Order: sequence, then C-alpha cells, then structure tokens
Amino acid sequence: MTAQPIEQAAVPAPAHAGAPVLQLTGAAVRVGGRTLWSGVDLTIGAGEFTAVLGPNGVGKSTLLKTLLGAAPTAAGEIRAPGRTEIGYLPQRRTFDAGVRIRGIDVVRLGLDGHRWGLPVPFLNRARRRAERRRIDEAIESTGATGYAHRPIGECSGGEQQRLLLAQALVTRPRLLLLDEPLDSLDLPNQSAVAALLGRICREDGVAVVMVAHDVNPILHHLDRVVYLAEGRAVTGPPREVITSETLTRLYGAPVEVLRTTDGRLVVVGMPDECRSGGPCC
Amino acid sequence: MITALSHPFFLHALLAGTAIALASGLVGYFLVLRAQTFTGDTLGHVAFTGAMAALAGGYDLRLGLFAATIGVALLLGALGRRGRPDDVVIGTLFSWILGLGTFFLTLYTTHRSSTQGNAGITVLFGSIYGLDATQTTTAVLIAAGITTAVLLLARPLLFASLDEAVAAARGVPATALGLGFLALAGACAAEVTQAVGSLLLLGLLAAPAGTAIRLTDRPYRALGLSAALAVLDLWAGLALSAQVPVLPPSFSIMAVTATCYAAAHLVGP
Amino acid sequence: MLLAETTPYAFTWNLVADVREMWSFPFMVNAFRAGAIVAVVAGAVGWFMVLRRQTFAGHTLSVVAFPGAALATLIGVSTAVGYLGACLLAAVVIAGLRESGRSGVAVESAATGTVQAFALACGFLFVTLYKGMLGGPQALLFGTFLGITTGQVALLTVVGAVVLTLLAAFGRPLLFASSDREVAAARGVPVRALGAGFLLLLGAATAEASQITGSLLVFALLVVPAATAQVLTARPVLGLALTVLLGLAACWLGLIAAFYQPYPLGFFVTTFAFAGYVLAQLTRAVRGAVGRVALPTGATS
Repeated sequence: MTAQPIEQAAVPAPAHAGAPVLQLTGAAVRVGGRTLWSGVDLTIGAGEFTAVLGPNGVGKSTLLKTLLGAAPTAAGEIRAPGRTEIGYLPQRRTFDAGVRIRGIDVVRLGLDGHRWGLPVPFLNRARRRAERRRIDEAIESTGATGYAHRPIGECSGGEQQRLLLAQALVTRPRLLLLDEPLDSLDLPNQSAVAALLGRICREDGVAVVMVAHDVNPILHHLDRVVYLAEGRAVTGPPREVITSETLTRLYGAPVEVLRTTDGRLVVVGMPDECRSGGPCC
Repeated sequence: MITALSHPFFLHALLAGTAIALASGLVGYFLVLRAQTFTGDTLGHVAFTGAMAALAGGYDLRLGLFAATIGVALLLGALGRRGRPDDVVIGTLFSWILGLGTFFLTLYTTHRSSTQGNAGITVLFGSIYGLDATQTTTAVLIAAGITTAVLLLARPLLFASLDEAVAAARGVPATALGLGFLALAGACAAEVTQAVGSLLLLGLLAAPAGTAIRLTDRPYRALGLSAALAVLDLWAGLALSAQVPVLPPSFSIMAVTATCYAAAHLVGP
Repeated sequence: MLLAETTPYAFTWNLVADVREMWSFPFMVNAFRAGAIVAVVAGAVGWFMVLRRQTFAGHTLSVVAFPGAALATLIGVSTAVGYLGACLLAAVVIAGLRESGRSGVAVESAATGTVQAFALACGFLFVTLYKGMLGGPQALLFGTFLGITTGQVALLTVVGAVVLTLLAAFGRPLLFASSDREVAAARGVPVRALGAGFLLLLGAATAEASQITGSLLVFALLVVPAATAQVLTARPVLGLALTVLLGLAACWLGLIAAFYQPYPLGFFVTTFAFAGYVLAQLTRAVRGAVGRVALPTGATS
C-alpha cells in the first residue's frame, strides 16, 4: 500500500522553545515487506507531552521502537537523542509474585544495569553516594518511596508501574517513551499516573511520547496527538486531530467523534472495529 | 575429620566440590530468578545420555557430558525464542532421551568393559570420592571459568532477567546474554554431575538459590549467599559422610541442602 | 545378568513359535500380563492427565516412586508395595499443597526441584544400604521384566481394577471439570474433590507403570500414548481407546524386543512409544499439507 501523507493540521508550536528533542521528517516503516505507515512528520520539543493513538496493529509500538533505534526506517529521517538520553517503559506484564528483588534494586539497574561485572562495595564511594542520591530522587519524584524497599513482586500493579517509571527517569532522560503505561491500572491509578507524567513533563522539561489505548485519562495533559490509521498519520493538538472531519479524512470513511458532558471523547463508526481502536468507549 | 583429610580422595573431593558448588550456587541463582529450573532438570537428563554415549563410543565420559549439556542448553535457548514447546512435548522427548541413555549404558557394559558395570550409577548419582588428581584439576579450572564468567555477566544478566525489553533498549545484548547464560548453565550441569550425579544436580543448583532468595531480597547479596550456601552445604555434606561412612556423599549433600531449604522456608517470610 | 547373554533364543519371524518360546518362561508370561494391565491403567489415567495438563505432577510422582521401591527392597517388602505406598503418599501431599495457597512460579519450581532431588537421593541411600540388589538401582530406575511374580500381577490387577472402576464412575464429571473447570463448578460438579481424587488415581497409575518402565521412564506409558492419541483425534472415547491400544502396543513390542535383544526394556518401551508419537505428528503434518493442496482457497492462488 502506498500511503499519501495527509496534510498536517496547522498548529503553532507550544510555548517551550529551543531545539527540538525529536524530529521526524517523512518517516516510513516497513515490517515484513508491508509498509506500516509512511509520511510521518513530527517535531517535539522539551517539556511536551505527545500521545500516539490509533487502532490495534497500526504500528504504534513500532513507532516507539523506531525512535529508540531498535527498528530501522524505510524512508525519511529521524533525529532522536542517544540511547542514554532516552527513558523507555515497554508494554508490560507485571512482575511475578515470586520475584523477591526490591524495587530500589530494579530502579538501580536502570542506572548501571548495562555495565559488566558486579558493583564493588568499597570502591569510589563518592560516585556511589551520588548514584544513591539520584536513585532516591527518582523514586521520590514518582511517589514510590513508601514501597521501594519491598520486593517488587509483592507490589500492586500501580506501585510497580511507578517504580518502573522511576527506573526510566533515573538517568535524567531528555525523552521518555512509554508504551500503554496505564493499561493495567484501575481508574484512580490511571489519572494519578497521568497527572504524574504531566508534572514530570512540565517541571523537568522531559519530552514525553506515550502510546495510548484510551486518550481520555491523559487528555488534559496533552500538547499533541499523533493519530495513526490506514498507513498514514495526522499530527496536531488533540482538539484539532480528534474531530469528526480529520478522522473521517484519515480513515477515508465516515467517523464521528462525540464529546460527553464530562469532557470525554468517544469515537464511533471506525471502519474496522470500535472495540479496540483509539479513544473509544 | 582430620583423618579423612589425610586421604587424597577426600582432599580431591573437597577441592573439586568447593569449586563446583561455588559455580553452581552462582548459576543456580540466575536459573531460579529466570524461572528456568525446568531447564536444569532437562540438562540432568541429557547429561546421563551424553555421558553414556561417550563411554559407549569409547571417549572420555566428560566429553559427552559437556557436549550434551551445553549443546542441549543452546538448543533450548534457540527454541525458546520461538515460543516454548509445552510440557507434554518436552516430557515425551526427554523420556525417550533417558531411554536412549540406558541403551548406551548397556552397549557400554556389554561391549566395552565389564569391570565398569556401575558407570551408570556413577553418572546418575555422582561419585565425588572417585575423582583423581587430573579430574580434580580440570573440574576446578572449569568451575573457576564458570564463576568468573557469571560474575562478569552478573549485572547486565540481572537487568535482562528482570526486564528484558528495557535492558535491550539500554544497549544490553539481552538475547545473546540469555544464550550465553544457558551455555554456562549447561557447563555447570556437567560439572555438578561429576559431584552429585545427573539425577541430583537440581538439588545443588536450585536449593541453595531458593534458600538465598527466601532469606534476602537484595539481588547481589542473594547471589553471594547462594554461592556461600552451596559451598557450605557441600562441606557439611562431605563432613557428614566422613563421620557416618554408611551415607553416600551425594545423599548427605542433598540431605543438607534440603534441610537448609526447609529451614529457610520455616524461618523466612 | 542380561537375559540374551544366557539364552540362545533368536527372533525367527515365525511369530507363533516365538510367542510360544517366550511364554515357556513363567516370568515372561507374568511380564506380558503385568504389561497389559499397566498399559491399560496408565493409558486411561494418562489420557486424563494430559488433558488436565498435569504432567508436572506425574513427573514428581514418578520421581518419588524410586525411593519408595528402594525402601521396600531394603526392608524386604515387595517393590510393588513400595511403589504404591510412595506414590499414593506423594499424591496426598501434592493434593494438600494445592489447597494451601500459591506462591510465585520461580519459588515453586525451586521447591519442586529440591524435593525431587532429595527424594532421588533418599532412593540412592536405600539402594546403597541394601547391598545385594541385582544390577543396582537401574532396575528400579529404568525398568525390568525379570522377576515379576504372580503375586505382584495379582496386586497390579486388583489396584488396576479399582482405578479403572473409579475412573469409569467419575469419568464424565472429570472430563467436564478437566475441559471447562469454571462451567463445571457452576453446574455443581465438585471440582476440587475430583481434582484431589484424580491425583490419587494418578499416583496409583504411576506406581503401576513404574513396575514395567522403572520410575524414570514412566512417561513412556503415562504421557506418550495419551499425547499421541490426542494428536490423532479430539473425540474422547476414541482417544481413550486409542491411548490404551498404543500403550499396549508399546509395552508388548518392548517386551518382545527386550527378550531377544540385550538392551534394557525401558529403552525399547520409550523408543516404541516415542516412535508412535513422531509418526502421529508426521501423519497430522502430511494430512494438513494434503488438505491444503486439495482445498486451495481463493486467496492463495
């Protein structure tokens, strides 16, 4: 399938100025001879919160892998920070109840897990103290201090997610890539983690790119939406992208976006399925 | 105990056993952490068949032992990438492989040597007192190699075991590490077979690690504790069998490891 | 020690004469009888076990059979009693542990590994203490057809009859509970009690199979025929019948081969059973390929 890029909804860049953290120009990805999507243009600056939406199997997770440098692009150009400047939270299963490793050890692995050998206790104390301080900071920033010393297998899904977020943040990344981080959480935890992400994004100036199944919990924190469907993408602020007109044009079939009284967005009449796609009921 | 030390066979057993236990404690920790104990069980089965095949073919027993365990470990690793085969398939395959082992055993005892009739039992249940000086040296050197390798890999391996996708994103070669670890586990299984036998190797691999994980939730401390417990279990087992000669050393070592494990279960959380 | 070294008998392809020759030995007659009983019982129970995905429990039970038989030999009781006692005891313990909560996979497997290794070590101790064992522990581990007495056959028959009767009585709710636990429970089937009861039957079947294949090769009669049958058919009654037939074939062919060849019984039984499994898988693959060629869909032109 050769996809035609849909014109970008014209958006003024949000307030955060400076060089972009991430830039995609005409990017395309092929998996197994099939073009997943093409013609994706995207620029993200520090402190911006972007959501990647779209139906299942459209290549949302592949987009994150491409940004990580773990999957090659077929066309276009990607300018992303190096591996050490990216924090990554993959789509995940929870830890088995039998994993008796403390949360703080899991966070520490985010800092030094790639180094060979074992940590030597009495070597380079200053550095170890600095590392320890950084780990405590990261855990504190995600509000996980209360259970960081418990075995991670015994923590709840929400607690595990906060610890893993601390692990992703511990290297002070410029870019945070998250793959459906709210998926296994209940509603109160969803909005709490969403608020936490919004705060990290604003206060620490981290660019956040998050693949989401449902846009509603993060809607208030979003600066930009990348909506993938039919091998193409539209990018822009949520109120311009998640509209009946834009999505109808993207899908090439009538799609309706409804706004409920409490401000939630519901997409109806998506061609393939409404069960699993995008911001759906 | 002092008199036991004056026998060269006991000294060999102590030396080789210490090195082997150290390696198996370290490897066992990751085996339990990665939930690959079933792989350890499998390796015990192929160790027997490999050793018997080597004997039947007229080669050194250890050659077959290491070739079979490392080869099968790598094979399992390669298969594991494409979805795990289920229990029934594994059970079916490995009951046949054990059956094949008894075939090689008979081939060996009828055609090659009638004096070595208990070679099968030696491999199944170990004969740590039967190690000679050169076998001890080889066992110690290989165990030292395994120990060094595990210590070098420890931190990234821990990362990849807990969190493969994130580790890979941080540049840890998680797949290669997994395969490398399985090869180490294979080599370690072959080593432990020489000490306590292929049927009992799971005891020395899994029990100290299981005990250590019960006692502490700090990963590096658990790793060290697992190795220390394995060595202590082995020492205590050897001492026990020296005091009570009727107990075969493999049994007394297993008895000590199982007791420690049970005690940790009672004491621990 | 090995029969073929002492007997000049050779396989002649004159099957009647061969069978008559084998059956001129009372122990061979007993072995064939025991084999038939064991194949039927292990096949029937094994079919349910594979359906219930409890092969791991079967593995643990078979490992425990070895120290049981070794202890029986040591204190001068029949090995059949030892197998049976140990397996039933272990089945009760496993059923009890099932009830009391569940911890993580990793910890659980470490515990299982420890228990298995310790059980085998105990068996080894008993064998060492009992100095006069013919051929060492190998007969207990890998099976033998020598020395099965008429009394043992009688015991096997009684236990087998009890197991089959119970299985016939509870077969249908067990099938229901095994294939669809939740629905069965909702319909009033006592799922837990059935599970515990089945473990006991599994223990008895494991003990019986250990008699022929030795404790380490029990899977050859317990799992492999059932797995083969489930590859070939999804229909319960046909599958059960096929399992029993396959088990019987592997067992008797193994006995014949072991009588005429110097290699151990366990090797032949596992090999014939495994060959059947491989053939079944190949048949299915070929059938699938033929089906695809015969019925090409529009999309794959």
